[in-house]
Amino acid sequence: MAEMAASGEEPEILFWVGCAGAFDDRYKRVTRAFVQILEHVGVKYAVLGTEESCTGDPAKRAGNEFLFQMQAITNIEVMNAYNVKKIVTACPHCFNTIKNEYPDLGGNYKVIHHSTFLQQLINEGKVHVKGGEAFQGRRITYHDSCYLGRANNIYEAPREVLAALDADLVEMKRSRANGLCCGAGGAQMFKEPEPGRKDINIERTEEALATLGTAGNSVIATACPFCMVMMNDGVKNKDQEENVQVFDIAELVAQAEGLSK
Amino acid sequence: MIGIENIIFLVVAAVGIGLFVWQIRKIRKNVLMGRDTVLADNPSERLSKVLLVAFGQQKMFKRMLPAVLHLFVYVGFLVINIEVIEILIDGVFGTHRILGFAGVLYSGLMFINEILAALVIVACAVFLWRRNVTKVPRLANGVEMRAWPKLDANIILVVEIVLMLALFVFNISDLKLAQLRGTHIAGAYPISSLFVNALGSDPETLYMAGRIGWWFHILGILAFMNYLPSSKHFHIIMAFPNVYYSKLLPKGKFTTNPAITHEIKAMLDPSYQPPAPEVDAEGNMVIQRFGAKDVEDLAWKQLMDAYTCTECGRCTSVCPANITGKLLSPRKIVMDTRDRMEEKGEHPAIFAPNHYKELGVERVHVTEENTLLRGYITPEELWACTTCNACVESCPVNIDQLSTIMDLRRYLVLEESAAPASLNAMFTNIENNGAPWAFSPADRFNWAEELYMPSKN
Repeated sequence: MAEMAASGEEPEILFWVGCAGAFDDRYKRVTRAFVQILEHVGVKYAVLGTEESCTGDPAKRAGNEFLFQMQAITNIEVMNAYNVKKIVTACPHCFNTIKNEYPDLGGNYKVIHHSTFLQQLINEGKVHVKGGEAFQGRRITYHDSCYLGRANNIYEAPREVLAALDADLVEMKRSRANGLCCGAGGAQMFKEPEPGRKDINIERTEEALATLGTAGNSVIATACPFCMVMMNDGVKNKDQEENVQVFDIAELVAQAEGLSK
Repeated sequence: MIGIENIIFLVVAAVGIGLFVWQIRKIRKNVLMGRDTVLADNPSERLSKVLLVAFGQQKMFKRMLPAVLHLFVYVGFLVINIEVIEILIDGVFGTHRILGFAGVLYSGLMFINEILAALVIVACAVFLWRRNVTKVPRLANGVEMRAWPKLDANIILVVEIVLMLALFVFNISDLKLAQLRGTHIAGAYPISSLFVNALGSDPETLYMAGRIGWWFHILGILAFMNYLPSSKHFHIIMAFPNVYYSKLLPKGKFTTNPAITHEIKAMLDPSYQPPAPEVDAEGNMVIQRFGAKDVEDLAWKQLMDAYTCTECGRCTSVCPANITGKLLSPRKIVMDTRDRMEEKGEHPAIFAPNHYKELGVERVHVTEENTLLRGYITPEELWACTTCNACVESCPVNIDQLSTIMDLRRYLVLEESAAPASLNAMFTNIENNGAPWAFSPADRFNWAEELYMPSKN
């Protein structure tokens, strides 16, 4: 972003990478896949790079309003200085916070989650996932992210992206508005769960596995870094890594488009 | 002709309604213990929510069987209340079936009334069965389902059945009397006409049975109305205002505390002038509490939620923490809020349901601290919440359980620094590194190094 600003250019969109997208080894692959798609369609985009900082979402959900506002106000100052207008992010937590909570603090942007963005690219014909045979007949189930779904009513965009893949899309019993949390929201990602009968991600993974059946080579699709971690852990816990893979929808699109393996 | 019976009726009705108004005033006072919040925006959107969610029962239909049964009871309640208007007029002026002049319209009303009354009996019987025999888990289990909530539910269902039976006794005896006298009474009675011989054929007895049925029905209604403020059944009134004042913002948007915003802006920019601090009537500075420790720290809408709760447990049954055996139960948070509010404020009810100790274990204070937080709700419950909004989504009367959980969490963190250690570590990481993990901010762009970007060739 700094480079673009220095050369007097303004990007069409700011890609908000998020902490998971920048630091989590597994999620870095999603970041790269999404960037490959952006490059492929030729959108003029920028990232904040080292000037980006945590949105403050986990602090806010954990009750630390003070730290949240510190983060938010600092980020808003950076983005306003660059005259940012439109933001795309792959993280529903960043998406929710910037879209819904930053305006109260002076940050007003058009914020789009990457599922909506990918759906638009497919609708506009800029990405042609159809025809790629990588997913034909494979079973895919989509796990709703709470912060995308219930929190912001985005249920159809990720499903439409997956439907474009020609895969066999199957729904879990608890889906859309009735979807079950992966167990990581509300800052649970950063602490041990409270004592109980089982962990939430195990419950959800069991449901996903039951839905996918035993065919093998099937996919749990996610659209959130936290969901990805939790579902991956669940699949490992159940020793199903051979049969079931967890992918972000951006990775699936990049694969179908031949941008990555 | 107005006689002694009508004067007695007038007195009874006035006392019943007066007592109800007195109780409502107490409840209003309790709700107003909460913080001021202005929820007056978008009246048209709010009204359409009331039509859909409250009148239209929209969210009930997430579960088909209870939704249909509840619809019988609900529509029955609305329609049969039209007849209560007639009962009131008849009672005061000594008339008999005064609305009978409406002819076909009256026949239609009575016809629908009888069908609905029968359906109400069926629905209530099935509800009793679900609570006491099949023991549907969300209705039977949970630490918050103590003696009173369980007894309360059964009382309501039995009373509803008895009230409907009283209505039938009134109709049957009226019909039979008319038959014996060879006269005709206004209205159509599809159910009662099947039972005309059930009450014998002595005119005296029939007349008495009719009066008893009539009096029982109206006395029952007046008594039941005054029972409502002590009961979960209060939802039949509160559902409407509560839905009107429901959250219109995206569920993911949590409230912002402007006092903190001023503090941070002043910290970052020494020239920033925060607004003058609030003062109370005596000119003393109002000390702001961050988050909520007790009921008066919650907003009035959150307290209204507590009076609206039907204890149906739909929230708890979809809560991921509860499903996996953690302590959190969103329903308990709401019920605790109500109990604490009544402990602290006035008892709106004629009797004190949350001190009811006849059966089983009753409300125990968790700690010596006599506040909502700790005294009723433990930090362990609060920290189990994933803020997934499943409870909020599931509530048929638009209660926002999550906002209360969040306000209590905020108190723990902002006033007591009592977050679990791992969360404190996460806070430190964000403060020092700008990320919840201990990575150096300088490494934030490393993901791009390994990237193959075709356009950069």
